Amino acid sequence: MLAEESTWRTKVGLAEMLRGGVIMDVTNVEQAKIAEDAGAVSVMALERVPSDIRKDGGVARMSDPDMIVRIMDAVSIPVMAKCRIGHFGEAQVLEAIGVDFIDESEVLTPADEENHVDKHQFKVPFVCGCRNLGEALRRIGEGAAMIRTKGEAGSGNVVEAVRHMRTVIKEMRAIQALRSDELMAVAKNLQAPYEQVSYIHEHGKLPVPNFSAGGIATPADAAMMMQLGAETVFVGSGIFKSSDPVKYARAIVLATQHYEDPGEVARVSKGLPKAMEGLDVRQMDESELMATRGW
Amino acid sequence: MLDFQGDVREHVAVLDALKTPSVRVKREEQLETVAGLIIPGGESTTIGNLLRHYGMDEAIRRRHAKGMAVFGTCAGLILMAREIQGSQQPRLGLMDITAARNAFGRQIQSFETDLSVPTLGEAPLRAVFIRAPYVSRVGEGVETLATFRNRIVLVRQSNLLAAAFHPELVGETRAHRLFVDIVRGRA
Repeated sequence: MLAEESTWRTKVGLAEMLRGGVIMDVTNVEQAKIAEDAGAVSVMALERVPSDIRKDGGVARMSDPDMIVRIMDAVSIPVMAKCRIGHFGEAQVLEAIGVDFIDESEVLTPADEENHVDKHQFKVPFVCGCRNLGEALRRIGEGAAMIRTKGEAGSGNVVEAVRHMRTVIKEMRAIQALRSDELMAVAKNLQAPYEQVSYIHEHGKLPVPNFSAGGIATPADAAMMMQLGAETVFVGSGIFKSSDPVKYARAIVLATQHYEDPGEVARVSKGLPKAMEGLDVRQMDESELMATRGW
Repeated sequence: MLDFQGDVREHVAVLDALKTPSVRVKREEQLETVAGLIIPGGESTTIGNLLRHYGMDEAIRRRHAKGMAVFGTCAGLILMAREIQGSQQPRLGLMDITAARNAFGRQIQSFETDLSVPTLGEAPLRAVFIRAPYVSRVGEGVETLATFRNRIVLVRQSNLLAAAFHPELVGETRAHRLFVDIVRGRA
């Protein structure tokens, strides 16, 4: 029997399987196991969580493949890893070691200020960040099988995540209300492929799952992002920079699952120790923002 | 439709296409109202973990003992298996089979193929396998309905049905129709 490997359906399909869950940043095997035991649907293996990358400064690159492989060996859930925006060399390395998903991420220092990775050339699926619909559709056009709104990584402040998710959803609603002969003008204004705009007009959603990232630090943050339209949440620094990662991981998983049930979100939020320290995004210098990387 | 995590929407869409009424089950009391339960694709460790947390694993086993039919795809198959190779993860253990996880390889080895399933008619099923398991052992009373390269990928034991692949991802309705027939006592 003939088998076709790594088709568009198997790539988007894996993203669909992660819906309704939490994807957690982890920096070692021990954290990966905590995440899996807490019910994470996937882990993002990286050397430093975004809040530390922010603190340390300098060039942030792909993590040590050896560390990623150790995490892949330790857990049964899918393992993701980050490459720099446009750095197809790092992406090739990550594909060679067999990661399940690559995040072409603004959290790392961009390697190309003009071009993103041509993701169609890879067998491994990619997730990319966006701040608005045009950015999301350009990434899907390049082959991203999953989109996540960027938020502001490592800030512990959900305000940018909310802004980006509301923007994407609002822009999609506006497209649905149009006549079909108005869609090419939308594609022109969004600088997005016409086929993607047309898909949204017909289906009212992105052609790939839409997840939320960047600043989610509490169960209520996660529940709100799910109600705003996120299909899954990424929690980066929020878990292992909190004062009790085991409890936070569990509480955020349960709140994400029961996001429409405030009673349950309240129950899991009770008695949680201190969340991670947050940053006021408005007081940050433009050059400190990660969300503005990529276009 | 078990609504904890995974591709719930796609399964509901197939049931809608078959004009079969469905409810999303998150809590034990909702389980009392259904004659059949579908466990979707997703992450089996996550779903199993949540089932145990809410005591839903016991509730599903109780309902199954009283006649509730169960259909699982991918993660659903793993959760229905009595044994899971090399894993102690929480499960329902309803079916006398052994599941081998990620048995075709990691994500980059995920694939789709045309699968011959004689029970469901002559035309092959388009089957999408994503980090898929297969069945490495079947007990007595377990019927093998399909294999791919000599690996068992679709099984039935009385009113239990389990697929290693995702018929729901391609709009394939025949596997779900078989399950609906099982629930209604017609198959």
